[in-house]
Amino acid sequence: MTQMTFARAINTGLRKSLENDPKVVLLGEDIGALGGVFRVTDGLQKDFGKHRVVDTPLAESAIVGTAVGLAYRGYRPVVEIQFDGFIYPAFDQIVSQVAKLHYRTRGAVKMPITIRIPFGGGIGSPEHHSESPEAYFTHTSGLRVVTVSNPQDAHTVIQQAISCDDPVLYFEPKRRYHDKGEVDESVDPRTAAPMDQARVVTDGTHVTLVAYGPLVKTARDAAIAAADEGISIEVIDLRSLSPVDYRTVVASVRKTGRLVVTHEAGQSGGLGAEVAASITERCFYYLEAAPVRVTGFDIPYPYSKLEMHHLPGLDRILDGVDRALGRPNSLSGLEG
Amino acid sequence: MGQGSASAPIAADFTGAGGPAEPPGRTSGLVQLITPSGERVSHPEFDPWLQDITDDHLCSLFEDMTVIRRIDVEATALQRQGELALWPPLLGQEAAQIGSGRALREDDFVFSSYRENGVAYCRGVDLTDIVRVWRGNASSGWDPYSINMATPQIIIGAQTLHATGYAMGIQNDGADSAAVTYFGDGATSEGDLNEAMVFAASFQVPVVFFCTNNHWAISEPVRLQSHIQLADRATGFGIPSLRVDGNDVLAVMAATRVALDRARRGGGPTFIEAVSYRMGPHTTADDPTRYRDANELEDWAAKDPVSRVAALLDRKGLLTAELQQQVRDKADAVAREMRRGCTTMPDPQPLDVFKHVYSTPNSWLDRQQDHYARYLASFGDPAEAVSEEGAR
Ligand SMILES: Cc1ncc(C[n+]2csc(CCOP(=O)(O)OP(=O)(O)O)c2C)c(N)n1
Repeated sequence: MTQMTFARAINTGLRKSLENDPKVVLLGEDIGALGGVFRVTDGLQKDFGKHRVVDTPLAESAIVGTAVGLAYRGYRPVVEIQFDGFIYPAFDQIVSQVAKLHYRTRGAVKMPITIRIPFGGGIGSPEHHSESPEAYFTHTSGLRVVTVSNPQDAHTVIQQAISCDDPVLYFEPKRRYHDKGEVDESVDPRTAAPMDQARVVTDGTHVTLVAYGPLVKTARDAAIAAADEGISIEVIDLRSLSPVDYRTVVASVRKTGRLVVTHEAGQSGGLGAEVAASITERCFYYLEAAPVRVTGFDIPYPYSKLEMHHLPGLDRILDGVDRALGRPNSLSGLEG
Repeated sequence: MGQGSASAPIAADFTGAGGPAEPPGRTSGLVQLITPSGERVSHPEFDPWLQDITDDHLCSLFEDMTVIRRIDVEATALQRQGELALWPPLLGQEAAQIGSGRALREDDFVFSSYRENGVAYCRGVDLTDIVRVWRGNASSGWDPYSINMATPQIIIGAQTLHATGYAMGIQNDGADSAAVTYFGDGATSEGDLNEAMVFAASFQVPVVFFCTNNHWAISEPVRLQSHIQLADRATGFGIPSLRVDGNDVLAVMAATRVALDRARRGGGPTFIEAVSYRMGPHTTADDPTRYRDANELEDWAAKDPVSRVAALLDRKGLLTAELQQQVRDKADAVAREMRRGCTTMPDPQPLDVFKHVYSTPNSWLDRQQDHYARYLASFGDPAEAVSEEGAR
């Protein structure tokens, strides 16, 4: 076991993938000499060369589009998009090409492309640097969408994503890049929990709290705070956003009877809506209250002085838990 | 026009210059009118475009460049002191920004990237507005129509399409103004700019593509973006181009006037490559020592745009102690005002996050706002409601 930061954990995962498979190539802006703006690819170009770790021209559509061509040729491209807000120039290549080629070619062509996207807010950045665009991609069939919440997962799941024959969008919670945690580098990604399996972070009995990515830590902190008041929260880290591991969520909700989902992305059409609807369909007779969403607002990501209002924090999550439990909360007395 | 007003009358004079009937197209090599040691060299094609530039004009260009360098240093200091979250320095690019900015007419419309604060200064921006965004207090610093300059663009290259569309509008309206778009060398790789050039050429609209080739796109050298000179790229789209010494304020001004003149007379788009150098980091969050050779910086320091004008003035006997003092005072005053505006800026109110998402009421959002207001009210002290959060 080694203590390492989240960013380092991804770095070592990438390194292993580069070592284990000569077909793995990294592509992105500033990922070479600079090691990426977050230093996630630090040192990799030096050790693997410019043909395996490619500093690309500044063109997102080209980065993803050429990854498609490389995949046709048998490579396993790992693409870095510098920030969440810069994924959109590549959107067409991702949803029209990457997502559909396997289906269109009736399985003849595989698209083992991993697209790494630092996402989410909380770091005081200017506009286009704090977005949570995951729902655009969970809405597109053919893509796998995963996100990680701790260094160990970051390390293991990046390797699983790269060895997966499907395209994977790997969302990295950038405000956690510097968080440290234990990483066991000897974990074999082939035998570790698969990346599309959710994880129960804390056991609980009163309410199920579903989170992913940057908010898993916040959710865990909320569970600890709630425990002081005698409220037992079961926190679930979804890990995979597409597909969602509903078995784990369903098992929890059957036990607790209550569901709160939290994410940074806006509420309307967000993943929380999908989870709430699916759980309502599957667990209607187990639910003792309507599912509650604690999310970002339906606004463009705000300027940094106000981002703390937009982002669900511990207290807003606990307020949502109170709503699910029918305890006094900020909306008490309101109907509908 | 607000802050830049001290120099504005001169800017107004400048734009009056009418050059020869046929503006030059691509000239071989780099157009340079002031050598690094401050010698004024004559150029048959470009000198006619600068006939109205008097000694006073030169002094005022020196002042402008000094002021924006000072603003830049001050903003960098504000960032280091925790007053700004981030700052993208323009150090080294003063001639490119002032030379072009002072060539513009008030009714031209600018679409820039995040680095063109010197151009904003020429447009007469309120200095507090320059730092507002970087402090995190707003998504935009100014009302675009108040200074005819769009909110600076962060998505690389996107603004070039906007400028082209704006120019289509100018053309439709039969007006004689121009749209000008600023971007870096890295931006030339983006699809947006390439598509903008297709449209601009197809419709022959009055747009000027102003590329500041500062040699670096964060850590990536310009040779990674292009194997030919950037100015030559435009030719492939059927757009005439000019390649000028971007550290030479007169060369930049002449080139911009040529391009604007062509645009105003229905001659269509022009691409200007201003060859310059980013002397500082990409932003205050960047560490150029990881990718850049110190020698390169030294070479470019010898071509510094501000000391070059100073050397020219000196040769002409204009660089008096009095002028230098006057320019310093102006720069200090402007910097002081910006600092004051920055540090006394009131924090936005929590419910401001819901403002301006739509221009007409939206029931979903109204409900979210109402719920959030109730949430905040449920805390005795609303500040407590967001203690340290969302950082947790
Ligand atoms: C679409 C997009 N991709 C990536 C980025 C991240 N980014 C910000 S500035 C920059 C480099 C831009 O270089 P250049 O166009 O040469 O302009 P300069 O910053 O040198 O003025 C990059 C890659 C971005 N802002 N937008």
